[in-house]
Amino acid sequence: MKFVIAIIKPFKLDEVREGLHSIGVDALTATEVKGYGRQKGQTEIYRGAEYNIQFLPKIKLEIAVPDSQCDKVVEVIQSAACTGKIGDGKIFVLDLEQAIRIRTQETGENAL
Amino acid sequence: MITKIGKKAALAGAVIGALTTSLPALAADAPAPAIDTGDTAWMLTSTALVLMMTIPGLGLFYAGMVRKKNVLATLMQSFAICCIMTVVWMVLGYSLAFTSGNAFIGGLSRVMLNGLGAGISKGADVPFTMAAGTSAATTMTIPESVFMTFQMTFAIITPALIAGAFAERMKFSALCLFTVLWSLLVYVPVAHWVWGPDGWVASRIGAIDFAGGTVVHINAGIAGLVAALVIGRRKGYGVDDLSPYNLTYAIIGASLLWVGWFGFNAGSAAGANGRAGMAMATTQIASAAAGVSWMCAEWMKTGKPTVLGIISGAVGGLVAITPASGFVLPGGALVIGLAAGVICFWGATGLKHMMGYDDSLDAFGVHGIGGIVGALLTGVFAYGPLSATDASPEGVSGSFAQFIAQAESVGVTIAWCAVLTFIILKVVDLTVGLRVSTDEEMEGLDMALHGERINS
Repeated sequence: MKFVIAIIKPFKLDEVREGLHSIGVDALTATEVKGYGRQKGQTEIYRGAEYNIQFLPKIKLEIAVPDSQCDKVVEVIQSAACTGKIGDGKIFVLDLEQAIRIRTQETGENAL
Repeated sequence: MITKIGKKAALAGAVIGALTTSLPALAADAPAPAIDTGDTAWMLTSTALVLMMTIPGLGLFYAGMVRKKNVLATLMQSFAICCIMTVVWMVLGYSLAFTSGNAFIGGLSRVMLNGLGAGISKGADVPFTMAAGTSAATTMTIPESVFMTFQMTFAIITPALIAGAFAERMKFSALCLFTVLWSLLVYVPVAHWVWGPDGWVASRIGAIDFAGGTVVHINAGIAGLVAALVIGRRKGYGVDDLSPYNLTYAIIGASLLWVGWFGFNAGSAAGANGRAGMAMATTQIASAAAGVSWMCAEWMKTGKPTVLGIISGAVGGLVAITPASGFVLPGGALVIGLAAGVICFWGATGLKHMMGYDDSLDAFGVHGIGGIVGALLTGVFAYGPLSATDASPEGVSGSFAQFIAQAESVGVTIAWCAVLTFIILKVVDLTVGLRVSTDEEMEGLDMALHGERINS
């Protein structure tokens, strides 16, 4: 099993969710987060006072998938979240040791 | 068609001429002045409008520009000043400002509003005569209770305006003490000099100020500048992100200020008349023109027309037209507005950063600078017939001499206000302390001073 974490632009959430749904991913967690990477924030000006706002709003997606589906998931997120401009975000893939469905106590891929 | 209009105009001229010549005769056996219900209704309305400028107008305007942790504390400043000033005005302020005393300060005849009900009979009141029994007596067509409350709302908003300069770092106890001292030692004397029955700025210098360019705005702006210098910059100024939490509040506040300003300026005619109408028209025009000119200046300089910019410009225009409304025509108002927008933009962005003081919400940049622009230009654009009376049939017209008189009144206000404000701030600092601790400032004044927050 793999654990996919994706940081994306907030307005891309719907496209990514639809893409993932179309390939059969029916569970994901989304969190509103703030952060920065190479984009290094943005400049805001209030009555001439310039503020460099470093932390920009992003959405963090967390998805647990079977090994077989992982490449497809990454590909879908990559294409749906891409605008080609700086600040599109990143995708991280981790090995996932165990998954347990709390209600039924199922484990492993059965719990995904 | 043209001849017809010409004939009508000639006829109208003849009628007016006849009326004018018969006026002295009328005045000689004029009936005792009476309360005018139309005037009184408008002044009751104006009073409510001006109160709305402070709560919630100014409160929201300022609260929208501070950080999330200081929103409630900023609203609290306006609300608390409203409550404190009402009591101060009732106890002592009104009497010292508007009863006859000498050229520098009024008397004590209305302390605790003593005698305010003396003319009441069967629920009706007599018309208010300011400085009754003296050579400076002025009779109005409204009850004194209405005049007193109308002026009270001006005394409320002036210290509330100053609070923008030291927002996000002043102790609440210091604010309360400062408000009482400043209103009695700065606002009240200057109001007496400019508007009182025997004030020396009006009578000896001959300066005009319709609704409070010197008394309210220059006073508040200069006090704000001195306060920003004495109390020092906010922690993290120029380094940390001090950007506004919610400019939606600020635009609601600015809009309430704009609407309330009709009471402020048109209400300063003390009646529902042609002068009030012209004051309303010029107020609208100057405010809009200043909003446009700030927006354009900013657009050209930084590439973006901002929401905070256009509302700041509109408020700057309202400030600048305040002394002029009731003295100028729409054309003058347009020029005053356009000038105020650009000059206040420079005051709040260029000048402030050049000098390095932290006037957090630009009490000086908008009210001080806008007030000075307006007070000076009033002497340029004043149109005589608007202020003409039987006693002064020419009225006050724009001239070089009037411009100089305006400049003198500005200078006098700046000097008195700056010196007294500095002394008051030092006294407050030595007694209760001016500034919150660094920890309290970092935590935010909402929690540190009031134990509350807007949401979790």
